[in-house]
Amino acid sequence: MKITSDHFLEHADAALADPDKAQRRDLLGLFMPLARDAAAARYGDFEALRVHLKQVRRHTMEHLEHYLTRFEEEALRNGNQVHFAATPEQLNSTVLSICQDHGARRVAKGKSMVTEETALNDHLQQAGLDVIETDLGEYIIQQAGETPSHIVGPALHKSLAEIRQLFLDRHDLGERPLEQVADIVAEARGILREQFLQAEVGIIGANALVAENGSTMLVTNEGNGDLCANLPPVLIVCTTLERILPRVEDAMALQRLLVRSATGQPQTSYTSFYSGPQRDDDVDGPLETHIILLDNKRTDILASDYSEILDCIRCGACLNHCPIYVGVGGHAYGWVYPGPMGSVLTPLLTSLEQSNDLPNACTSCGRCAEICPANIPLPDLLRDLRQEESQRQLNSPRWRRGLRVHAWFLRHPALYQRLSGWLMPVLAWLGKRRGSLRTLPFAAGWTGTRDFPAPEGGTFMRQYRKRGKVRRRRG
Amino acid sequence: MDNLKPKRKRTRARRDVALMVTCLADLMRPSVGFAAVRLLERAGCRVSVPDRQTCCGQPAYNSGDVNAAVPVAQAVIELFEPYDYVVIPSGSCAGMLCQHYPALFEGEWRERALALAAKTWELTRFLTEVAPLPSPKRRPLDAAVTYHDGCAGLREMEVKQQPRQLLLQQCGVEVKELAQTEVCCGFGGTFCTKMPAISSKMADDKLDNAVASGARLLLGGDLGCLLQLAGRARRRGLELEVRHVAEVLAGTPTGPGIGDPRR
Ligand code: SF4
Repeated sequence: MKITSDHFLEHADAALADPDKAQRRDLLGLFMPLARDAAAARYGDFEALRVHLKQVRRHTMEHLEHYLTRFEEEALRNGNQVHFAATPEQLNSTVLSICQDHGARRVAKGKSMVTEETALNDHLQQAGLDVIETDLGEYIIQQAGETPSHIVGPALHKSLAEIRQLFLDRHDLGERPLEQVADIVAEARGILREQFLQAEVGIIGANALVAENGSTMLVTNEGNGDLCANLPPVLIVCTTLERILPRVEDAMALQRLLVRSATGQPQTSYTSFYSGPQRDDDVDGPLETHIILLDNKRTDILASDYSEILDCIRCGACLNHCPIYVGVGGHAYGWVYPGPMGSVLTPLLTSLEQSNDLPNACTSCGRCAEICPANIPLPDLLRDLRQEESQRQLNSPRWRRGLRVHAWFLRHPALYQRLSGWLMPVLAWLGKRRGSLRTLPFAAGWTGTRDFPAPEGGTFMRQYRKRGKVRRRRG
Repeated sequence: MDNLKPKRKRTRARRDVALMVTCLADLMRPSVGFAAVRLLERAGCRVSVPDRQTCCGQPAYNSGDVNAAVPVAQAVIELFEPYDYVVIPSGSCAGMLCQHYPALFEGEWRERALALAAKTWELTRFLTEVAPLPSPKRRPLDAAVTYHDGCAGLREMEVKQQPRQLLLQQCGVEVKELAQTEVCCGFGGTFCTKMPAISSKMADDKLDNAVASGARLLLGGDLGCLLQLAGRARRRGLELEVRHVAEVLAGTPTGPGIGDPRR
């Protein structure tokens, strides 16, 4: 997927200017947190579960090689073929060559953010393959030629009317109605059923990899993942290294956290473990299965100060709880992963040069960290990225100078106090009629959208000193 | 922070409290500083305002210029460490001292930062948990009031019920709660000028909720948020008076609200 994160501010302006979409996002920002909170409360000790999973994740990441080796052994024993891909290109070419080995023409895909990251669809389509997304949201945006705006609900930005129109334009409907939501779902189901049956290759992602038995776990609500995994003769699981967990029970702990955090459900419709190809006494299942483990900078991240972002379980809760994500929507972020987790991941997986606005799209309000099921200190990681920007001089020189001058004054209190004692009464005088200033030199960033409240007059320190009460120095 | 709870025998003695005024109160709204002094004295504290205080260094720190923030933090630590308590009329600056200063250092300075953090309090929390205000002899405040929870106060300093409790006790007002009260107002320090359109959208959501609450007076414990909200309310021409909670707790304020014309 082409990255346009360097246009974050323009994207954001455009998003804010569309009141319909903005209103739908506001509703998302209102209801998803309520659903998550209710689900967490019903569970009981959700906090303990978070802490537990965090420990498991940290332990697993510290022993990544061990658990990956174990996973590979077990997965091979189950009859899978296991591939490692260092780069997105390697993943894409591995998938393509598997498809070509089987003379495949049609590929049915379940929802997978990893394949968004590698732009797999483009790669396969350029080679002449038909790729169909089978998750309803993914199907909608594929038809619309768009990209996901949310890691859990990729088409959340589209209204019902837009989706209806899209189907009217794309599908040969004949007599079929499209009035109700159920009609639209039935329409998509009818089309997709055919695709599952015709596809020669199914591609799915994974929410967890279980080292102890070599299986992959997938959580869905639509069941499309299971159809992709079981109907076509060849299955390819595209996933990344850091999905690994030691035991089945760890995957289940993750699932409990994931589902409640993502949608507020106590349980998704389907939670599946895939072990490998059809065995002799199985009635169905794929004949050949591949698991591709993508690195794409994960091992670098693991060795960096940002390793905690690898604990992310892709629940999307930080998006729903982030007022900036809710304000501007996922497309503004300009790549695959939006919101707080995306603002950390995008610079790490692409480059800070291409995405240096993203770590600044944060007020450090801390709401994401408060609810992140993986207990990732997202605002701290974003601040660390801003520090890197500052060190590598990627932020605007004017900002850097301004901050430097400000910090210099802070270290010269006498001068600071003399200057502010003089400046504040001037500003107070300028704003005395209105109580606030509509414009202020060097402060367009503030006064473009807000008045600047006038100061009261003399500074506190000056007034207090006049009353002879300031403590010079103790001792 | 249990060991900070006043010991029995100390409850009568005067507490030696240093007020960190905060740069925004110092520059923009000294009445918040004076209100804090009055409240602390009323709560039986001996209040000092150490000279040479300026700012806690958050602008540089949050913008990623840690090198600039470190000497500022060291100056604050040196200036305030002689006192029994440091009280700050801002959850955000208190959060900076308590949560972020220790992370800036290693070794001896880290110890000193931790020691300072252990005795640093946000004002409303201090006035409920350490040095409770005596019952007032004033008439109750006659106004419909709502309260904005600053994020750092809420999440870093555990400030939530304390200002509400004080408003009820001292002024006899029950806060009309904002819808989505735990969502940020969009100030975010330098964020508000780096991304003004998004920031103002967030302020608008907060202000719409404030108007919908039926309140006329919007209070909060952080001047950053309050300047943001007042500035946006003035630009939109909203009839909403915005003040720091300390002003109201200290007595019926006579001056104009933040950004309001003089009466
Ligand atoms: S960072 Fe946390 S809240 Fe955000 S998607 Fe990942 S696990 Fe969920």
